[in-house]
Amino acid sequence: MSISAEKRAPVPAAQARRKPFGARFKRDLRKNWKLYLLFLPILCYFLVFKYGPMAGLVISFQNFKPAKGIGGSAWVGMKHFQDFFRDPYFRRLIVNTFRIALSTLVFSFPSAIVLALLINELRSKKTSRVVQTISYVPHFISTVVLCGIIRDLVSRTGGVTMLLHQLFGMPVTNMLYEPGYFVPIYIVSDIWTNIGWNSIVYLSALTAIDQELYEAAKVDGANKWHQIIHVTIPCLVPTIVIMFILKVGKMFDVGYEKIMLLYTPLTYETADVINTYVYRRGFAENVNYSYSTAVGFFNSVVCFTLVFVTNKLSRRLSGSSLW
Amino acid sequence: MKKNKGPAIRIPLGERIFYAADNVLMVILCVCILVPLLHVLAGSFSDGTAYMTHSGLLLWPLKPTTAAYASVLGNKDIWTGYGNTLFIVVVGTGLDMLFTLVAAYVLSRREYMLKKLFNLLVVFSMYFSGGMIPFFLVVKEVGLYKSTWALIIPSLVNVFNLVILRTAMLGVPDSLEESAQLDGAGHLTILFRIIFPLVLPSFAVVSLYYAVSHWNSWFNAMLFIKERSKYPLQLILREILILSDTDEGMMMSETIQFATIVVATVPILCAYPFIQRYFVKGVMVGAVKG
Repeated sequence: MSISAEKRAPVPAAQARRKPFGARFKRDLRKNWKLYLLFLPILCYFLVFKYGPMAGLVISFQNFKPAKGIGGSAWVGMKHFQDFFRDPYFRRLIVNTFRIALSTLVFSFPSAIVLALLINELRSKKTSRVVQTISYVPHFISTVVLCGIIRDLVSRTGGVTMLLHQLFGMPVTNMLYEPGYFVPIYIVSDIWTNIGWNSIVYLSALTAIDQELYEAAKVDGANKWHQIIHVTIPCLVPTIVIMFILKVGKMFDVGYEKIMLLYTPLTYETADVINTYVYRRGFAENVNYSYSTAVGFFNSVVCFTLVFVTNKLSRRLSGSSLW
Repeated sequence: MKKNKGPAIRIPLGERIFYAADNVLMVILCVCILVPLLHVLAGSFSDGTAYMTHSGLLLWPLKPTTAAYASVLGNKDIWTGYGNTLFIVVVGTGLDMLFTLVAAYVLSRREYMLKKLFNLLVVFSMYFSGGMIPFFLVVKEVGLYKSTWALIIPSLVNVFNLVILRTAMLGVPDSLEESAQLDGAGHLTILFRIIFPLVLPSFAVVSLYYAVSHWNSWFNAMLFIKERSKYPLQLILREILILSDTDEGMMMSETIQFATIVVATVPILCAYPFIQRYFVKGVMVGAVKG
């Protein structure tokens, strides 16, 4: 991720610094009009489909009626936000979103790092290639198909239900209808889908480690374990930090597409997250565009703040950051 | 498990245990990944009623039959879905790439004044978005509601992919572009004749990302597409796999569901060995900054 890596050379047009902006821009436009023309369609695209919706956030301060449009709808100030904070589901949504997001951070995120370390330590190149190829496969299965498979495996007679019953004596039920199983199902299937794929980044960082570091460690009497702790992991830290920031930024965007395919009203108790609620209040039940937008707005702001803060922190602590 | 072939090197016992454990863990992982897939495959070749009375994981078909496939192949919805998805993947990815290439080119140039502003504009939209409802309203306002184009135009540029391409273009030596410019080449010539061949690996990666995301997407289609004849494959799959046991969908036996999964997934998995290399490269291009 090189968000701000476009530092090439100082802009040569610095001789025009003293002139007012308008004049400079006119000159620039005359000189580079072809470049601007080329960017025009892209600019339009971003303004309409990325910034248009951002401008559309104003309807969260209105009682928006599609028939009246933004101009004709009544303004209600912060009402929808206050309503959301008083919503009987507010606590549940926040807790569920946090629970799923944190579980992903605690279980899915490190799983890929561990897998990369384990693959890296395999002695046979061939084994390591086979493991990699197999572990990437689930990434190519679409969310809908994945959820179809999950539904079958955890149904009353499903393979996973039976296996857990035989191994641990767990009750035979359709696990998707039990609130207690939702998060484990979500996390395990998330690991199944992504562990191999997410390990690629770490593997490529691992291959970049200077072998001499290991030789030096061996000379100093370091055993395998010491080498992993004192050489491999420190070399991985910058990559881990970058991936962690990206992950935290996406944290509140928990895979709502997957949740929507897996949850039922029976499991809302643990499965309903902010984004699924946004969808339901926007399209399915008790539809209210403005309210739903306000809830989504809240979510976006939390997301943005999270990336911002993590990025700041990581720059201070480890020197790696997104921008 | 695998012994070191070097004759003179003695591996301490602790390390040998470590390597053995490592190999065992990897075998367990591969089994865990493959068994569910094998189960689906075995199920798709099983007899419908035999599967109904069976419980647990299948590793081999029960009363092998291809009846489920016959019924999937006879299902018209699946084929129209396939056709729609193919259209979206081909046209969508083509347009995505055109837009992303041009955007990456302009953002990687340094001679114009608004460069910083444009970059900021683009990157900010990666971290903050208007959310579901405003997006829906914009698409509706633009007149794309209920049209297949609603699945193509609103998602033309993915900023993450754009950043991958821009980074690749920044790696192209300036001197190449400058000498072309001296020869009187315009921007499009520079982009397609000089830069494009040099960023081909990243180009391949990014097109694959786009193609896969079009192939997999169902949520936007659910929001925007109302006519069944325009449903992409994933929406049809959703009806068959997810909604079939609720009142919204049609009843389908599990073996037919499995056969559907196989029919809808095998094309991608067949292409997988060929594209894996590019994907792997792409993850590195996109994620390794320094």
